[in-house]
Amino acid sequence: MRDEAGVNVVWLGSPTFPEAAHTALRDGQLRRNLKHATTTIRDKRLRAVAELDDWETLRLAGSQIKDRVMRHLDEYLLRLEASVTAAGGTVHWARDAEDAKRIVTELVRAKGADEVVKVKSMATQEIGLNEGLDDEGITATETDLAELIVQLADDRPSHILVPAIHRNRTEIRDIFLREMGKHGVPAPDDLTDEPRVLAEAARLHLREKFLRAKVAISGANFACADTGTVGVVESEGNGRMCVTLPETLITLMGIEKVLPSFADLEVFLQLLPRSSTAERMNPYTSLWTGVTPGDGPREFHLILLDNGRTATLADRQGRSALHCIRCSACLNVCPVYERTGGRSYGSVYPGPIGAVLTPQLVGVGTSKHADSLPFASTLCGACYDACPVRIDIPEMLVHLRTKVVDAHRGDRVESAARELLEPRRVRAHEARALGFG
Amino acid sequence: MRVALFITCYNDALFPDTGKAVTAVLERLGHSVEFPQQQTCCGQMHYNTGYRREAESLVGAFNDAFRGYDAVVTPSGSCAGHVRHHHATETAPNFYEFSEFLVDVLGVTDVGAYYPHRVTYHPTCHSLRMLRVGDKPLRLLRAVAGIDLVELPEAESCCGFGGTFAMKNSETSIAMLRDKMGNVGKTGADTLCASDNSCLMHIGGGLSRITSGVRTLHLAEILAATR
Repeated sequence: MRDEAGVNVVWLGSPTFPEAAHTALRDGQLRRNLKHATTTIRDKRLRAVAELDDWETLRLAGSQIKDRVMRHLDEYLLRLEASVTAAGGTVHWARDAEDAKRIVTELVRAKGADEVVKVKSMATQEIGLNEGLDDEGITATETDLAELIVQLADDRPSHILVPAIHRNRTEIRDIFLREMGKHGVPAPDDLTDEPRVLAEAARLHLREKFLRAKVAISGANFACADTGTVGVVESEGNGRMCVTLPETLITLMGIEKVLPSFADLEVFLQLLPRSSTAERMNPYTSLWTGVTPGDGPREFHLILLDNGRTATLADRQGRSALHCIRCSACLNVCPVYERTGGRSYGSVYPGPIGAVLTPQLVGVGTSKHADSLPFASTLCGACYDACPVRIDIPEMLVHLRTKVVDAHRGDRVESAARELLEPRRVRAHEARALGFG
Repeated sequence: MRVALFITCYNDALFPDTGKAVTAVLERLGHSVEFPQQQTCCGQMHYNTGYRREAESLVGAFNDAFRGYDAVVTPSGSCAGHVRHHHATETAPNFYEFSEFLVDVLGVTDVGAYYPHRVTYHPTCHSLRMLRVGDKPLRLLRAVAGIDLVELPEAESCCGFGGTFAMKNSETSIAMLRDKMGNVGKTGADTLCASDNSCLMHIGGGLSRITSGVRTLHLAEILAATR
C-alpha cells in the first residue's frame, strides 16, 4: 500500500517475491496442483489459437486499439460517460480505492440493502471492496464458483481467471462442508469431491442469494464509448444472473477498459476466450446499455476507477501494461508462476502481468515488495508470445528494473554493489587493507 | 566475406573451448575468422538487471570494435539477441548467432562433424523467442555423423537461469532447474547440448552436483568434433 488514501492492489505486509517463493516452493501439494492446471490449459490454448489463420493479425489489431485508447483516454472516457448517461445509467468517478468504496457503500445503503451478490471482478478485489463493505455491515457474496471457494476459505486468490487454482477438489469439498452452512444453504452431508456434485452444492447455496439480492456488483471486461454498452464475459451464468435479476446494478471498472466503439468487440471477443479458457467462445457474454424498462435492473451505476492508472499512463514505456484484458495466458505459460503460484506476488494481480502492473499501480520505489516484482522473471519471453494484445512484458520488466535500480542508486547496499563492479576501486581498497599504498 | 568472432564475456572467461570450436568449424568450411581485440561485453547483463546507463555506455566502443565486418558470429543466442535489439545502428554490422550464420548465411547444415553419443538439445529462451532460430540448431545436429539425437521433453521451458535471476531468486531458479534436469534424465542422453553456455552453465552445474554423468556441451563443440 502506498498510503492511507490509496492503493489496495497489494496485500498489506506482503514479503518480497523471493521470501514468499521460499514458502510456496515448499508446498508440494501446491506445486502439483499448479503444474497440472497450468500445463493442461497451456496445451488447450495452443490448440484454440492454432485454429485461427488470422490470430497474429487479431493480436495486432487488439494491440493497436488499446494503443489508441491510451493515447486518447480522456476523450473516450468523456464519450463513455455521455453515452451511459444518455442510456439511463449514472456515471461516478473514483480517484482511488477509498473513493470507490465510499461510492459503492452509499449506493447500496440508498437501496436499504445489507447484502449484495457479486460477479467476479478484478477491480473490486483491487480496492478490497468486500472487506470495505463488511466494515460497513454489508455482506458481499462472490457468485463465481472459484471466487466462492476462495471467499468461503477466507483465502486469497492465486490466479486472475482461476482464483482457486491452488486448490484441488478434495480441499474444495472440505471447505464446502465446513463453511457453507455458516453463510447460507449448507452443503449436503454426503458431499463428494466429484466436480458435478461440488458445482451442484454451490448452485443451491447461491440460488437463494441470487433470488434475494436487491443489489449486484460487477466489474467490466469492456465498455464501448460510442454506445455506452458495458460487457462481462464469463462461463458459469452467475454473471448473467447478477446483471439481470437484482433491481440495482453497480459496475466498477478501471478507466483503461474503455473501447472506442462497439465494433471493437469483434476483436476482443475473439482474443479473450481463446487466450483465457482456450474456448472459441465463452458460454456467457452479457452486454447491457444503460437501463431498459421492464427488462433487467431498474438502476445502473458505472463507477470509473483510476487508482494509480493515470500515473501508469504517464510512463510511455510502462503504459502498455494497461492494455491487459485479464485473460491470464501469461500466468499459464510462465515458468516462474508455475513453481511459485500466484500468492507469492503479494497482489491481486499475479504472474508476469502482475509483475509489471503492480509496481506501477503502487509506484516503483515505494516498497521492497513492489520493487522485487520486476525481478521475478527469467525474461524467457513465453508471456510475450502468449499475450493476445502483444504486451512486451519482458521489455517492460527490464524497464521497471531500471526504474527500481535508479530509485535506489544512492542506497548503501547499491554503492557496495557498484564497488564490486569497479575492479580498480576494489583493488585499491584491498591493497590498502593489506597495508600497501 | 570478412567475418569477426564476438566471443561474449562469459565464454571468454569460462568456456574458451567454445570460441575455438566456432573458429574450427568456420575454418573447416573455408572461412577465416578475425578476432577484434577491442571487443567488450555487449552490456546485456547490465541492461537486463536494470543498469541501463552502464549498458548504454558500452554500446559506442562495442560497435566500433566490429565496424567494417560483413558479419559477426557469436556462440550465444542471448548476446546476439541483445545486440540485435539494443545496439542497432545504420553502420553496425550484422550479428548472427552461430547456428543462424551456418544455416542462413553459409547455407550449410552438414559441417562434417562426428559425435557418436546420445544427445538431447535444450533450445534456450532467447534463441527461441528473441532470435526465432527455430529448428536450425536441430538441423545442424541431425547432420552430425554417429549422433543419436533424442527429443527433450518440455524442451521450450526455461531452465531457470535468467542471468541475475539465478541469484536474486535462487530458490525458484533451482525449482525450474530441477524440472529441466528431470527431463534431461528421461532422455537417457549422455550429452546435453545448447547454443548458449550461460544456460548450459546453470544446467551443467546442477547435473554435476547430482553426479548425473551427463555432460553439457555447446553446439559449436559438437559441430567441431570430427572422426
